[in-house]
Amino acid sequence: MSTRLSKGGRLIDRSAAMEFTFNGKRMKGYRGDSLAAALLANDQMLVGRSFKYHRPRGIVAAGPEEPNALVNLGSGGRLEPNQRVTVTELFDGLEASSQNHWPSLEFDVGVANNYVSRFLPAGFYYKTFIHPRPFWKHVFEPIIRQSAGLGKAPKDRDADRYEQAYAFCDLLVVGGGIAGLQAALVAGKAGARVILLEQHAHWGGRAPVDGDVIDGKPAGQWVDEAVAALSAMANVTLRDRCMAAGVYDHGYVLADEKVADHTPGDGRPKHRLWRIRAGRILTATGAIERPLSFAGNDIPGVMLAASVRDYVVNWAVSPGDRTVVVTNNDDGYRTAIALKEAGLSVPAIVDARANPSGDLVAKARALGLRIEAGRGVAKVKGGKRVTSVAICLQAGEGAVIDEIACDAVAMSGGWSPVVHLWSHCGGKLVWDTVNAHFRPDPARPPLNHDGGALVYAAGSANGAMKAAEALVDATAQAQAAVAALGLKPAAAMAPVAEAVAEGPMEAVWIMPQGAPVELKSKMWLDYQNDVKVSDVQLAAREGYESVEHTKRYTTLGMATDQGKLSNINGLAVLANALNEDIPQVGTTTFRPPYTPVTLGALAGEARGEIFQPLRRTPMHAWHERNGAYFEPVGLWRRPYCFPRTGETHAQAVVREVNNTRSALGLLDASTLGKIIVKGPDAGKFLDMLYTGVMSTLPVGKCRYGLMCNEQGFLSDDGVVARIDEDTWLCHTTSGGADRIHGWMEDWLQCEWWDWKVYTANVTEQYAQVAVVGPNARKVLEKLGGMDVSKEALPFMGWADGTLGGFPCRVYRISFSGELSYEIAVPASHGAAFWEALHTAGAEFGAMPYGTEALHVMRAEKGFIMIGDETDGTVIPQDLNLDWAISKKKADFLGKRGQQRNFLASPDRWKLVGFETLDGSVIPDGSYIIAPGVNANGQGNTQGRVTSTYYSPTLKRGIAMGLLKRGPERMGEVVEFNTVTGATVKARVVDQVFYDKDGEKQNV
Amino acid sequence: MSEPVSALGGASAQGFASVREIGPLGMVTLRAKPDAKGLAKAVKAAVGTAVPAVRRIVRDGDRACGWMSPDEYLLVMPYAAVAGALEAIGTAMAGEHHLAVDVSDARAVFRVEGAKADQVLAKLSPVDFATLEADELRRTRAAQVAAAFWKEGDGFTVVCFRSVGRYVFDLLATGAKPGSELA
Repeated sequence: MSTRLSKGGRLIDRSAAMEFTFNGKRMKGYRGDSLAAALLANDQMLVGRSFKYHRPRGIVAAGPEEPNALVNLGSGGRLEPNQRVTVTELFDGLEASSQNHWPSLEFDVGVANNYVSRFLPAGFYYKTFIHPRPFWKHVFEPIIRQSAGLGKAPKDRDADRYEQAYAFCDLLVVGGGIAGLQAALVAGKAGARVILLEQHAHWGGRAPVDGDVIDGKPAGQWVDEAVAALSAMANVTLRDRCMAAGVYDHGYVLADEKVADHTPGDGRPKHRLWRIRAGRILTATGAIERPLSFAGNDIPGVMLAASVRDYVVNWAVSPGDRTVVVTNNDDGYRTAIALKEAGLSVPAIVDARANPSGDLVAKARALGLRIEAGRGVAKVKGGKRVTSVAICLQAGEGAVIDEIACDAVAMSGGWSPVVHLWSHCGGKLVWDTVNAHFRPDPARPPLNHDGGALVYAAGSANGAMKAAEALVDATAQAQAAVAALGLKPAAAMAPVAEAVAEGPMEAVWIMPQGAPVELKSKMWLDYQNDVKVSDVQLAAREGYESVEHTKRYTTLGMATDQGKLSNINGLAVLANALNEDIPQVGTTTFRPPYTPVTLGALAGEARGEIFQPLRRTPMHAWHERNGAYFEPVGLWRRPYCFPRTGETHAQAVVREVNNTRSALGLLDASTLGKIIVKGPDAGKFLDMLYTGVMSTLPVGKCRYGLMCNEQGFLSDDGVVARIDEDTWLCHTTSGGADRIHGWMEDWLQCEWWDWKVYTANVTEQYAQVAVVGPNARKVLEKLGGMDVSKEALPFMGWADGTLGGFPCRVYRISFSGELSYEIAVPASHGAAFWEALHTAGAEFGAMPYGTEALHVMRAEKGFIMIGDETDGTVIPQDLNLDWAISKKKADFLGKRGQQRNFLASPDRWKLVGFETLDGSVIPDGSYIIAPGVNANGQGNTQGRVTSTYYSPTLKRGIAMGLLKRGPERMGEVVEFNTVTGATVKARVVDQVFYDKDGEKQNV
Repeated sequence: MSEPVSALGGASAQGFASVREIGPLGMVTLRAKPDAKGLAKAVKAAVGTAVPAVRRIVRDGDRACGWMSPDEYLLVMPYAAVAGALEAIGTAMAGEHHLAVDVSDARAVFRVEGAKADQVLAKLSPVDFATLEADELRRTRAAQVAAAFWKEGDGFTVVCFRSVGRYVFDLLATGAKPGSELA
């Protein structure tokens, strides 16, 4: 059993006991524990089930590489699935539960998959997708859905908050081990702005655990002094609990800081996503130990050797009384020595090498440890826990020589540098035959904007695996980075770590090397996705030569750990199966994030009220107080209608339309785009922008205009007012203001840069109110201050003045067909002006109306709406707007486009009105059916509805739409489809349903 | 006539930095090339300052002129001074191509104050505050919307569009919540 040792534990505070639960069971730990350490201290080795076969899974590692020990953490609004216990700091009251088991962790029916594993081979999904097809839907999928899946998706709203922050530095150092600390010291002393990130809550990495001695001091002491020295530098920022997730072009780095994971509910942001812009990046990200592929290497109790050492030294946790060490390198001996020195038993060190030698081997011998050289593990025995290992000749086929009883197995297959960040932006790797790993190729780093190296790797992340060489490398790399930044590195001697003579490691990809298939089908490569040596070999036999294809076919390395333990072993097995060298097979692509980043951190502060900017007009608060039902228009919220008590929205719209047509309606039109265009060439400019002529517009007058893109398609419309000799005011659609302003600037800055025209978007400077209906003039006259009579201010005219004391500009324009004034006042007076209109208008039947009534009234009048009648494929001619297109102008944007034969064809779908024969409303989105079917067997169409409403004025359904050669087909009856399959018959009519002669608006 | 009101009526929030809306504040967008005849005179007449260099703001009491783009300046002044300023610009630049418009009501303006005010903004804007100069005007964004700010007194003056005033205020207030200091 695993347990807590009575003394030791450099990271724990035994005076601060903490309680937590695992699957409801109460357990105890100490401050400083990782959840993994605390679980092991409570003899909880079994923590989950594998994805496919539901095999029991125990803790394997002690860091972010952990593939097995994923738990649901917390509950309710703080439930987080797939949390790795090895990087979860223990806190009082922590709740964890295991994943992927049913009905319980101890007894899982899904383990039956284990016994039918020959029916779930590599590529199972792909094979069954093809054949037999019905089986997939009715048999395989339901079974897999029931039994597969890792964590539970949270159902509640996240109780925590998150944020993001920007940071800048000359040099970003990733990794707070001895290499990272040394690099930061070098750069800091040279005067560089340095940010140093460490993913864990403690500094120093492996060195203190490995017993390194630096400058004559224990590594832990050197680390403390280095951190103190760095903290004292004003130009250096240290951040622990902060994981650099990804490196992007131009020195952009995302890093996830776990601000309050270990103090939930204290009000601080749970995570903070740092968006760092660094001049250069130095990765001192260390290395990850590789498992060995022997049969039963997934049984709980089989762990990485260095991780076993971590548990003993950092947290005083013993993984078992008797631990067999299996290794192909000298580092494994450190674990044996650490266990022995902690008073635990090491029954044997099984070393695949024939002649192990070196200081550590000698020390192990001196401690009396049994070394089985040239041997391997034939098989690990045990179910939910290791009970023994059978050993064999590594060179043989697995004949058992001896069986050794034990509680745990510590395996070391060598070390792989963490090259993820180096690789994200294209840094290349070389295969190091001495250490049997890929390491950064110094000749091919990822490049910065200036062609220099963007990333420098240092220490064991750069293949400098021993403390002494890691410190020398870190010093040199930091000096190179500092020099590249244009700073002068201070002449500094690298700290000297005591050299430990180590013998060479020996690459071991399968143990024993001649293992038969029965053993290979129990050698796990990917613990989380259940990929075995036999699966990769099967993929190779089936013709998968590319490592990228094999990865997807077998799912090797595709789990949440992204193959941190499995990738190198897997591709070595693939290379052997293909008779290729490992570098020829290559690696899969390293992509961000290094370890998963919670979605909350990516969303940052953007949730709730500040999820998205919400644009409000000056009258927004009034609308809210008066029960407006809002709809989004771009980022604006506009009142759709103002329902009264007991009214449906549809009823409210009918009332608002009827009241506006019969008395007085008030519309908040502030969102309408308003762009000032001024200059000696402004008229010429607008003549190019609009299809009509704006340069001839007299001062004091308004004109409706259309804007097209270069292809000729209708892009925006609105009323233009001539303010003075060289100033025009262009109204755009509500959603189009920013886009059209950008469009204008684009042409002025990039194409017609020599034209003397300035623009300014003054949309938000003004609150605008449409005062509409037969009583419109009466209310304005009551407010008083300026002449709004037909004579002084005729239709399509404008005038400046005051109304009720408010400074205003009044436009006589109408989008409803009624007598209408659009009145602009400074936004800071908008709310007061709106209220004044309601007060003064009460006796004239004033009511607010919303966007839906606006839409209905404009449709009754046959006015088009950008976005309804247009969709980016419609030209003005399709909408019978030829009258607004100048025939005289030499050019305008879109003119040439509209001359293309397809757009000039008489067969285009053109705008007409529709009246349903039964008075019903045609469903939105309906198409007009045509005889026959197309090449895909779909019914032919000859048009579609673009606007369709119940008209309160006509008391029937009305619609506008596009119909092939529509205007030639007046009186014809066509059929619209509906989702139910029935059709709606409608007669083709003129699109103007109301007051065709415009008598009402021109009074 | 009613009194002009700012977008949020002077809302304020207190965290590790203080956030408050100010205004209404007079603002004029002046578009002209830096070599336009009469520009210096116009700026001097309108706000009493020199024409700012690229990315700078020249302040003089409650008036200022900031560089917004190669042919755009932002003039800041008391709300009531705008009409006079527009007239002065018109006189100084008569006959010269330019555009001067009142944008006072198109904006919301905030003060973020306190020793750690920069930390609030560092959560919203990709700006390196260690290298931001005392007289720098930074056009940038605050999370998802356009914003501009400059150092002033014990903090920063932040300008955004009026319609998103509430959004920016909420962003600033959230960023200033106690316990979320960056350093």
